[in-house]
Amino acid sequence: MAGVWVIAEHRDGAFRKITFEAASAAKTVADGLGVEVTAVVLGGGLEAACADLGKYGVAKVLYADSADLNVYSTEGYAAAVADLAKSGAPDVIIFGASMQGKDLAGRLAAKLDTSVAVDCTALKVDGGKLIATRPIYAGKIYADVLVTGAPQIATLRPNVFDVVETGGSAAVEKVSPAVGAIKVKQVEALAEEGGKIDLTEATIIVSGGRGMKEADNFKILEALADALGGTVGASRSAVDAGWRSHHDQVGQTGKVVTPNLYIACGISGAIQHLAGMGSSKVIVAINKDADAPIHTKADFCVVADLFDVVPALTEECKKLG
Amino acid sequence: MNIVVCIKQVPDTESQIKIGADGKSIATDDIKWVMNPYDEFGVEEALRIQKAKGGTVTVVGAGPKRVTEALRTALAMGADKAVLVEDEGLYGADPMAVAKILAAAIKPLTPDLVFLGQRAIDDDAGLVGSALAEYLDMPNLSVVTKLDLGEGSVTIQRPVEGQTLVLEAPLPAVVTTQKGLNEPRYASLPGIMKAKKKPLEVKSLADLGVDAAGKASVAALNPPPSRAAGKTIGGETPQELAAALAKALRDEAKVI
Repeated sequence: MAGVWVIAEHRDGAFRKITFEAASAAKTVADGLGVEVTAVVLGGGLEAACADLGKYGVAKVLYADSADLNVYSTEGYAAAVADLAKSGAPDVIIFGASMQGKDLAGRLAAKLDTSVAVDCTALKVDGGKLIATRPIYAGKIYADVLVTGAPQIATLRPNVFDVVETGGSAAVEKVSPAVGAIKVKQVEALAEEGGKIDLTEATIIVSGGRGMKEADNFKILEALADALGGTVGASRSAVDAGWRSHHDQVGQTGKVVTPNLYIACGISGAIQHLAGMGSSKVIVAINKDADAPIHTKADFCVVADLFDVVPALTEECKKLG
Repeated sequence: MNIVVCIKQVPDTESQIKIGADGKSIATDDIKWVMNPYDEFGVEEALRIQKAKGGTVTVVGAGPKRVTEALRTALAMGADKAVLVEDEGLYGADPMAVAKILAAAIKPLTPDLVFLGQRAIDDDAGLVGSALAEYLDMPNLSVVTKLDLGEGSVTIQRPVEGQTLVLEAPLPAVVTTQKGLNEPRYASLPGIMKAKKKPLEVKSLADLGVDAAGKASVAALNPPPSRAAGKTIGGETPQELAAALAKALRDEAKVI
């Protein structure tokens, strides 16, 4: 069968956006290799959604409608994909560097005796092989990685690869891979309050640093984020001061983010913070200190007091609707 | 309770990272090396479990001789003993090879729990945890922010996009640790003195019957893509600045 495989990620009966990003990127790689894209869908209730993957360049879907795979588990997914890959012999396997994908990658590669280019921001085909570009040292350096094992596995940083609709419908083949023993049981999934979008998936982030002065002041960032449909982040100083949860931390020891728009408010721009948000598509710095390093990274610099500018910007954004 | 914590030594977050002469590895001359920050949560959790349940905490590292310092730091925090798989060529090796090497070093220790940071802040791969679990034939629990030990099992919390998963696994298990799990202690002065006398066993790859050959190689390292120089938004009042910025984001950058 060979070709490029995509491992679909789904929640509540629907594919997650990263699945379409991975399928679109896989299509480009498959074209470069002169092969087709096959999607692997593990878990029940997704039959109708499977054919739709054709829209994103998938020619064929291997669909394992198994109760053991309804809920993601590292062991179950790694065993099932490895079992399918043994007979299917894909050249390349691509999936998201989401929380699920990052968890799966190592175990799957160990089962297949290969390696993974993790959290890639660019893929190219050279001499019949995939070369993957990935930021290391939280983006201080970019590495071009060649996985020499087979299959070559790459996971993709969310919100970097465009979703491309090519039209078409995929042929769905039912499969029953061996799943083996699953020792880890999911007891429950606790929903986060407010259904907040995770920083790693957010398209707009409004982030605050030491210049916010106290926890309560983050409400002006919440208001701006609400007006823009974004998520609030924080620098390490703001987290260490106890103003925000560590879930919100952006930087080398927090989350590495790639939103379309990153608005840094009262953030000086320590090297470890710049490393975490430097690959955002558009960066705005709002900091009254004209010499703050964050201004050297920003596309748009506002040298003014954030406590004046942020509420005014929120009003402007509301006007834009 | 027999607990193992894997330790990686990484450049401090404030380090400037420069590309080495070969174009494929980093220049290591000006770097301050520290224990991977995420591994500190593993050491702390192991010490807390040991205090409650008794047992031994062994820290295991793989890399050049300098990794001894990171292992001594863990011993100074309170770990009992250390194992270093010493090999000058291991820094920058394929994480899958490192996972295999660590598995070979850990297997004879027959741990009930293996901790390691959810990722190392140098290669940012996060592959070793679940790969190590596969090589040790144990379940893995990744990116853990809360852990409760039961009788022969462990229940953890793992934040994922928009949810926190509660997972349960039988022991032995591999757990990768995330900020939020605990507040790692600092090594005390008496701790540092004691650490010098604690056992640190050095092994070679040959001792373990493994090698550093991986399944991935770095073709090239490059500086991050450069960004065009920024534009300073002009305006006299906050309202003018906000209006000019909103216009730039809408019309020029097209992001709102």
